[in-house]
Amino acid sequence: MTQMLGSDAVLRALEHEGVDVCFGIPGGAILPTYDAFARGSTVRHVLARHEQGAGHMAEGYARASGRVGVAMATSGPGATNLVTAIADAWMDSTPLVCITGQVRSNLIGSDAFQEVDITGITMPIVKHSWLVQDVDELPHVLKAAFHVARTGRQGPVLVDIAKDVQEARFDFHYPDELDLPGWKPPTKVHRRQVAEAARAISEAKRPVVYAGGGVLNGEACAELLQLVELADLPAVVTLMGKGCLPDSHPLNYGAPGMHGSKYANWTLNKADLVIAVGTRFDDRVTGKLSAFAPDARVIHFDVDAAEVGKIRHADIPVVGPLKLALTELISALRELDAPHHDAWLRQVEEWRELYPYRYSRNGALKPQAAVEALRDLAASRDEEVIWTTGVGQHQMWAMQYLVCDRPRTFITSGGLGTMGYGLPAAIGAKAARPDATVVCIDGDGCFQMTCQELATAALERLPVVAVVINNGWLGMVRQWQELFYDERFAHTHLTHQVPDYAQLAEAFGCAGFTVEDDDELGPALEAAVAAGRTAVVDVRCDPEEKCFPMVPAGAASVDVIEAPEEAVA
Amino acid sequence: MSSHTISVRLENKPGALARVSQLFSRRGYNIQSLAVGPTERQDISRLTLRVDCSEHSLEQIEKQIHKLVNVLRVTELRPDESVERELALITVAVSSERRGDLIALTQATGARVADIGRDAITFEIVGRPEEITAFEELVRPYGVRELARTGRIGLRRPSSAGRRPTPALT
Repeated sequence: MTQMLGSDAVLRALEHEGVDVCFGIPGGAILPTYDAFARGSTVRHVLARHEQGAGHMAEGYARASGRVGVAMATSGPGATNLVTAIADAWMDSTPLVCITGQVRSNLIGSDAFQEVDITGITMPIVKHSWLVQDVDELPHVLKAAFHVARTGRQGPVLVDIAKDVQEARFDFHYPDELDLPGWKPPTKVHRRQVAEAARAISEAKRPVVYAGGGVLNGEACAELLQLVELADLPAVVTLMGKGCLPDSHPLNYGAPGMHGSKYANWTLNKADLVIAVGTRFDDRVTGKLSAFAPDARVIHFDVDAAEVGKIRHADIPVVGPLKLALTELISALRELDAPHHDAWLRQVEEWRELYPYRYSRNGALKPQAAVEALRDLAASRDEEVIWTTGVGQHQMWAMQYLVCDRPRTFITSGGLGTMGYGLPAAIGAKAARPDATVVCIDGDGCFQMTCQELATAALERLPVVAVVINNGWLGMVRQWQELFYDERFAHTHLTHQVPDYAQLAEAFGCAGFTVEDDDELGPALEAAVAAGRTAVVDVRCDPEEKCFPMVPAGAASVDVIEAPEEAVA
Repeated sequence: MSSHTISVRLENKPGALARVSQLFSRRGYNIQSLAVGPTERQDISRLTLRVDCSEHSLEQIEKQIHKLVNVLRVTELRPDESVERELALITVAVSSERRGDLIALTQATGARVADIGRDAITFEIVGRPEEITAFEELVRPYGVRELARTGRIGLRRPSSAGRRPTPALT
C-alpha cells in the first residue's frame, strides 16, 4: 500500500499495464492527471492538436503494435472530440482505453462548465465504460478497462474520472485479480465443431478462405498461412485483414468487395465452401446479401458469438480465439485426406489472369501511378514500411496496389470510414514502431480534416510521410455523383490549389513537395522518405479518374463494373 | 414475429439497466415491457423483457446482451417452462349507485380494492398477464380512468427442472 493521489494512480496503472505512450490534450477536468505527468512517469505523453487526432493516434499505435492504445482528454468538448475515434475503434475492433476528466462529483448532473455525459454519449460505441466517483475504485476500474479492451473481441472502453477523484489521496494498491463476473470472453473452441469444419474443408470442391481483421487482432496470421498452405486453399482478404496473409503469396487473391478485384469477388461468390475467419460479412464485401456466395456452405470462425449468424447463416459456427481454433483445425485436417480441388485452383488462377486491376496511364498523372510508385519505393527499402490511409478512392487504390507481406503494416479506417484517420494514425504508428518508415496515403479531402496534426508530428519528432493524392475533389463522392447522380457535382470540388499543401507543410515545420507529372513522382517520394522529418507530398492527379472495379451499392458482388475497356492502355 | 420473454441477471451497478435498454433501441428491437428489481442477492438485479421479434433476432438480442460486461446470464423464459406474473393498478370510474355491482363483479376475478373515492375505485390485480388483460376488458365498459401495469416478471418452473434452460451463450 502506498499513499498517493488519484491522478498519480492513473499513471501508475498505465505503467503497470505496460503502456509506453499515450496521446492526448489537457484541459480543466483532467489537469490533476497532467500534473501527475509533471511529477514524472515512464509513460510518454504525445500532445495532439485535436482530441480526435489523439484518438486516431492511439488507434494507429494499437494497430501497429498489437497493444492497447491510450488517449486522454478533458471533460466536455475534449471528450466529445474523442467520440469519432471511439466509434472508429468500435467498428474496427481496435483496443483502446480512453481516459477523460469529468467535472467534480458534486457538480455532476448540474450542467457545470464543460460537463457532458460522456459515458451516456458513448454507450453504444464502447465495450464498457466507467464513471469513477470514488478514488478507492480507481485501480480496479483501470485494470478492468485494459482487460476488457484487449480480451475477447477487442475494442474501445472509456474511463471518465471526476476531478475530485484525481485530487483525492488514498492507499494505492494495483489489484492482481479482477472481479468481473459478467465478462467471460470465450477461451476455448468446440472440438466437434472444429472436426466438422475440417471434414467440410477436405470434402469441398470449391473452397475459399475469407479472412478479415480478426486474424490480425487474434494474432492468428501464422496459423492462417499454415492452413492455406496445408489444404491449398485460395484466400481472399478484406480491407481490414490486409497483411494477415502475405499479399505476394500465390494463394492470396486479395480483397473482395465493392472495390475489390473481379477475380476475388468471383472466387468468393462462386465457392461451394466459404471459410470465414475473423470477418463479419460487411455489406461492402457481400453486396446484395441474397446473391452472396449462393452455392456455399459457410464455416464461420470468430471470437465474438454475436457475429456468427448475424448477417449470413453459419452452417458450421466455431466460436473462440482464432489462434486456438485454427491450430486445432490444422491438426484435425492433418488426420484427413488432402482436399482435391485442382480444377478450382486452375479456375481462380485463370480469373486472376483475365481480370487484373488496371487503369490507363494516358493523360494527366494517375493516382494509381502514385500508389504504384510508393509500392515500388517501399520494396526497394530495407526497413519495414507501415501504411496508413484516409477514406475514399485513394484508400481503395492503396488496398488494390500496395503489397503488404507482414501483419500490422496496413492501417486504415474500415467500418466507420473516417475521413481524416490517416495522418494521426500514422503518427501513432510511428510512436509504436520508430524503426519503421510510416507513410500515410491520404486524399486531399481527408488530409484537410486532420492536417493540424502535422504540428504534433513535427514537434514530437514522430516523422511520417503524408502523400496527398490530390485530385481536387471529394473524389469518391464525385465518383458516385458522376455514376449515380447524373454528373451533378454538388459541393464536392475542393480545387487542386487551395491549400498549397507544400506551403502548409512548411508552415508546420515539415518538408513540402509538389508533384505535377509522372517524372517528378519518383524523386519527390524518395526525397520525402529520406527527409528524416515529416514530409508532405502533394501529388496533383487527374480529377476524373474513377476507382474500378466497382460493385454498385445493392448489386450482387459478381456483377462487377470494370474500368472501361477503351480507357485501358 | 412472435413474442418472447427474456430474463437477464445483471450486476446492480449504475448504468447497467441503461446499457441493456440502449442496446434494444440501437439495434432496432422494440421492447413491449420491461420490469427490473432486486433478486435473492443484493448485488444482482433481474430484468424481465418482453420483445416482439423473429427467432433470428431473438438469438442476436441474447448474444448482444450476453456481451455486456454487467450481464451475468441471459435466458429465454419459454411459456411452458416458466411462471409469469404481472401486477396492475386500475382506477375505474363508477358512481356511488353502481359501486356495489362493480365490486361484486370483480370479486370473482381475484382483484382487490386498493382505494375507494367518491366517483372511482382503484383495483389491484396480480396474475398471469392474460388475466390482467381479461380484467381490463371486464371493467372497461365502466370507464378506465388510469391504468398502470408493471410488466411481467418470471422465473423458470422448478417442476420443469429436468429440462435444460436456454444455454447461456458462449
